[in-house]
Amino acid sequence: MPEKTVIEAVREAMQIEMRRDDTMIILGEDVGSRGGVFLATDGLIDEFGENRVIDTPLAESLICGVALGAAVNGLRPLAEIQFADFVWPAINQIVGEASKVRYGTNGVKTAPMTIRVPYGGGVRGGLYHSQSIEVLFAHTPGLSVVAPATPYDAKGLLATAIRTDDPVIVLEHKRTYRLVKGEVPDESYTIPIGKAEIKRPGTDMTIITYGLMLHYSLQAAEMAAANGIDVEVLDLRTLRPLDSGAIAESASRTGKALIVQEDTPAVSIGSEVSAIIGERCFFDLDGPILRVGPPELPPMPFSPIQEAAFMPSPEKILTAITKLAEI
Amino acid sequence: MSATANKPSNSPEQLSGDQLSGERLVELYRTMVLSRYLDERVWLLNRQGKAAIAASAQGHEAAQVACIEATDPTKDHYLIYYRQFTAMLALGTEPEEMLRGFLAKEGDPMSAARQFPLHGAHPRVDLFNFSNVIATQLPQAAGVALADKLSGSDAVTIVYFGDGASSQGDTHEAMNFAGVQKLPVIFFCENNRFAISVPIEKQMGIDSLASRAAGYGFPGVQVDGTEVVAVNEAAKAAVARARAGEGPTLIEASVERLLPHTTDDDHTRYRTAEDIEQMSKRDPIRIQSELLIRRGLITEAEDEKIHADAKRRVNVATDTVDAESYPGVETMFDHLNVEYREEHEVSGGDA
Repeated sequence: MPEKTVIEAVREAMQIEMRRDDTMIILGEDVGSRGGVFLATDGLIDEFGENRVIDTPLAESLICGVALGAAVNGLRPLAEIQFADFVWPAINQIVGEASKVRYGTNGVKTAPMTIRVPYGGGVRGGLYHSQSIEVLFAHTPGLSVVAPATPYDAKGLLATAIRTDDPVIVLEHKRTYRLVKGEVPDESYTIPIGKAEIKRPGTDMTIITYGLMLHYSLQAAEMAAANGIDVEVLDLRTLRPLDSGAIAESASRTGKALIVQEDTPAVSIGSEVSAIIGERCFFDLDGPILRVGPPELPPMPFSPIQEAAFMPSPEKILTAITKLAEI
Repeated sequence: MSATANKPSNSPEQLSGDQLSGERLVELYRTMVLSRYLDERVWLLNRQGKAAIAASAQGHEAAQVACIEATDPTKDHYLIYYRQFTAMLALGTEPEEMLRGFLAKEGDPMSAARQFPLHGAHPRVDLFNFSNVIATQLPQAAGVALADKLSGSDAVTIVYFGDGASSQGDTHEAMNFAGVQKLPVIFFCENNRFAISVPIEKQMGIDSLASRAAGYGFPGVQVDGTEVVAVNEAAKAAVARARAGEGPTLIEASVERLLPHTTDDDHTRYRTAEDIEQMSKRDPIRIQSELLIRRGLITEAEDEKIHADAKRRVNVATDTVDAESYPGVETMFDHLNVEYREEHEVSGGDA
């Protein structure tokens, strides 16, 4: 099976879906001849033309509002937000409008639209090219939010998102785009939304994580194995709806849970995961639910030493694993 | 149509060949009168504690029927806002259906009573209004029109908004994109000079909202929104332009908001008695009644009958809907796009 990067997998998913459904369009800033600032749409305008790969004016609310309007009138739009840090002007059209279309019209209208949002730090992005924004969307009933971490998951979940008849937010961690490689079949496939996956089986504790932190957690788990601690790593893959069954099953089986995330811990995905474990696994737990995350300050400093100090790392995760193992 | 604003509107007395027939003018007037009585009834139901909230179209009736008359409901798209009461009747919504929305009764056709009145989507024509948030419908209208442009359809999208919405960034973004893409969309502004209490001179530093169209590369026209023929002529020209693939038009219809912003508002707090007295002279029902009688299209007796018929129709609809039920609690789980119940089966979300 060929090995591909995350960005190649993302591009391939869009290309396949554009070929199989001629109602699909892509719109966003610089998605045309520039191919997107990360080259996610590289070459797509050559194959599909400027009617289907649309360079928009620099206006995020417009991009998502137009996507919504096109979606309720027969098209299947994919909107690209250039950086998650720039999504705020579009929150009104996404959280306020698109999420409620099916419910608010009693099923008369549906909005089959996908919004790709590159997010996350560790890329020397400073305060405005590093943010994790998942909670804003994950808190909104009516939105599905996926955050694939591997090339295989990125291709399969993006395909599913595009084929879904309601809005799906696809979060792609920028640092994984070229850093992470993996086997990806050339042909089309889909991965269901709402299903977590055990990326490393283990018996002593469960790490629940997503995004770039999956890879750091897997590294930490290998380091822990050298110390005789067998860590299971559960990749959430979808942030809403959460795979509460998989979370509870793994935490109950290993008896210990460690939540690892890059996003600010307070009132976060990890908070909800913690609540699910608390509600469902209380009598199976052998220790407290612990969390690894960054400090509470606006993410994240531009200066390299401060950025490194801010980001969770395999070493910080290993420290938490060791602490939890000793309880 | 001139590309500049302030084009003088056609006098209603000067009718050309393709202008509305006398018969259609009388029909439109019937809809306006029905709208007025139903609108008054809704306010009464609010004061009785039966309708939680209402925004009135009183003063906007002529602009709304005249614009709809220029369109083709079998294929065109209508993105309305909360004051499009008369437009909905003009598109064939029954008074009972309107009242089910206002009274939040089972069978509200727009949203099954989940949303405020006039919000949701119409089951028979492509008319919708997703939210209460001002101006969000304008970028959406550009998207609807983009889909038609790409599919080669000659359908036209008409998006309605008030002067208040003209201050929102979404309005600029939508008009800019529509100009770039030459989209088949009509931006129809019902300018009643007030954004709740904020007067037009505190909303914009120009006299004509229509003049902004020049900045987006398409025509803008200002019409007297109390004159059915003038509005219809402007709308027909804009529809023809859009169907021919020539791009958007901005129409600014000057109207009066005869009542406060909503049933929760009191406009005597911010409008002078003189202003309120003056605007009543621009009541489109009275203007149209006088015009039709003057032109011999109806007699005074026929006018009285039109009013009596409308009043009777509203009474029947009120009696019917007042006796109907609210939707059952279990229906609030219908039409969810993401199924969360399993996720929350322990935390009490499985009601």
